[in-house]
Amino acid sequence: MTSVPAVATAHEALTGNPRFSVRGLEFYYGDFHALTGITIDVRENSVTAFIGPSGCGKSTFLRCLNRMNDLIPGTRVEGKITLDGADIYGPGVDPVDLRRRVGMIFQQPNPFPMSIYDNVAFGPRLHGVSKKSELDEIVENALVRANLWKEVKDIMGRGGLTLSGGQQQRLCIARVLAVQPDVLLMDEPCSAIDPTSVQKVEDLMAELKSSVTIIIVTHNMQQAARVSDETAFFLQERQGEAAELIEFGRTAEIFTSPRDRRTEDYITGRFG
Amino acid sequence: MTDPHGRDEATPVSAGSGLKMMSRATYLKEALLKNVFLLCAVMAVAGVALIFLFVGYRGWPVIQNPGLGAFLFGAEWSATYGKFGIAPLVTGTLVVTIGALLLGAPLAIGTAVFLSEIATPGIRRIVRPAVEMLAGVPSVVFGFFGLVIIRPIAAEMTGGMGFGALSASVILAVMIVPTIATLTEDALRSVVPGIREASYAMGATTWQTIYKVLLPAAKIGIIDAIILGMGRAIGETMAVVMVAGNAPQFFKGLGAPIATVTSQIVIDMSYASGDHRTALFGLAIILFMISMGLVALVRALSRLNAKRS
Repeated sequence: MTSVPAVATAHEALTGNPRFSVRGLEFYYGDFHALTGITIDVRENSVTAFIGPSGCGKSTFLRCLNRMNDLIPGTRVEGKITLDGADIYGPGVDPVDLRRRVGMIFQQPNPFPMSIYDNVAFGPRLHGVSKKSELDEIVENALVRANLWKEVKDIMGRGGLTLSGGQQQRLCIARVLAVQPDVLLMDEPCSAIDPTSVQKVEDLMAELKSSVTIIIVTHNMQQAARVSDETAFFLQERQGEAAELIEFGRTAEIFTSPRDRRTEDYITGRFG
Repeated sequence: MTDPHGRDEATPVSAGSGLKMMSRATYLKEALLKNVFLLCAVMAVAGVALIFLFVGYRGWPVIQNPGLGAFLFGAEWSATYGKFGIAPLVTGTLVVTIGALLLGAPLAIGTAVFLSEIATPGIRRIVRPAVEMLAGVPSVVFGFFGLVIIRPIAAEMTGGMGFGALSASVILAVMIVPTIATLTEDALRSVVPGIREASYAMGATTWQTIYKVLLPAAKIGIIDAIILGMGRAIGETMAVVMVAGNAPQFFKGLGAPIATVTSQIVIDMSYASGDHRTALFGLAIILFMISMGLVALVRALSRLNAKRS
């Protein structure tokens, strides 16, 4: 694993406390070994981009961070992932509570088939907020933070699915922000929405990172370069083999002077 | 003679250029097949139309005797005294149908939720065919089961012989479970997978995901399933005849004998004549109208569903 020293040196250059700390992560779908030897620190209040060709395990890794993979029968995790020092796969850890602290945005906007208001109030209601005035305030705050308030404040009773794709994605972001997560995982959040909305979501990420740690999986290298502070490059070298973290470091360095030949090949478009 | 495209049948498609022409044999075969399928469709429609016409023709005279009001709202059905009021029968159908839905629908929806959201693939492979097999059991076998197993239990609970509304409702409940369960499971599975994930990712538990997100999202499909189950309960005859006691009287309690629209038809049909026979056809018209109403309701709902998504 030639990638390990590169990762270690990248760490030293970074400042800020690690929010997520991952050490020697192995991941299996049944018999298939999907990820191997992933070691990475994600700093708080930063945007970290995961890049790599299709099937390189970046989404799988993202889903390890909020234990969404638990929902797929036959998956298995080895190694250690800590969130603010606590082992998220430790005995007795409730994945439901973890997912409240680590929100997730999906590729396809997925608002619930209910009103805009109820979509955003969903999380707070789950966690026991029932007073109308309190809910109103949370909902408005979340929509303001997601830059959607102005567009929807007069149509809160309308179905979330009546919004445009880009608005739906921001509604999903508001829905997550309403439970005040520490981390926001974004799994290709812009690949199914129109260019104007992409711009809005990217602006939003820059605004949010002062309060939320953001990790984004993206296929779009320009996007990774635009929005992220740090970039991690994943690669599955041969079909059927486990994917690895090839290189991790400051985004500027990864894109201008990558240490690893394979990173350079990928970002210069030689494959993937 | 020309075909629908305005081509002359005698000189099959001539492309004029270098393209190969459709041979006459191919053309005839295509035309023949098209007509065979058309005939199949026409026969299905003709079947419905003929039954409707026949039943309507034979049942129509109830308007004169006993007269529409006396027929629909008459409280007594007695062939001996020439009284043909169907109110006790219609309410009987209503009672056993509601009873069957109250018992069967929750059971069926619970089964569907289990199959779609909770069961592991291995367990699903056993439970699902078992539920489907329930739909294939002949109704006379259900009736027999009701007679031997359900009726004595009902007798103990309500007193009397156990022939009555309770036994009929229970047996109908079992019979509609597969209909409602499989359709509800389909409805749950066709919920956009993204919102299931979104709910879990928001920190919802499995139970919260089911009752706050999935059941509301599948609501229309589930109502659809219940209506079709209701249709099955209303139309079911054999099993009801075997356990209901078959007394055409208003509902007097769970243990009291009761008759339904269908059970009365099957019991009387073998010996009825004259006005009695006409009244039975009148009953069939009512049954026809109820089931057409239900089908229309289902169609309206699915249109609503299509419009919303």
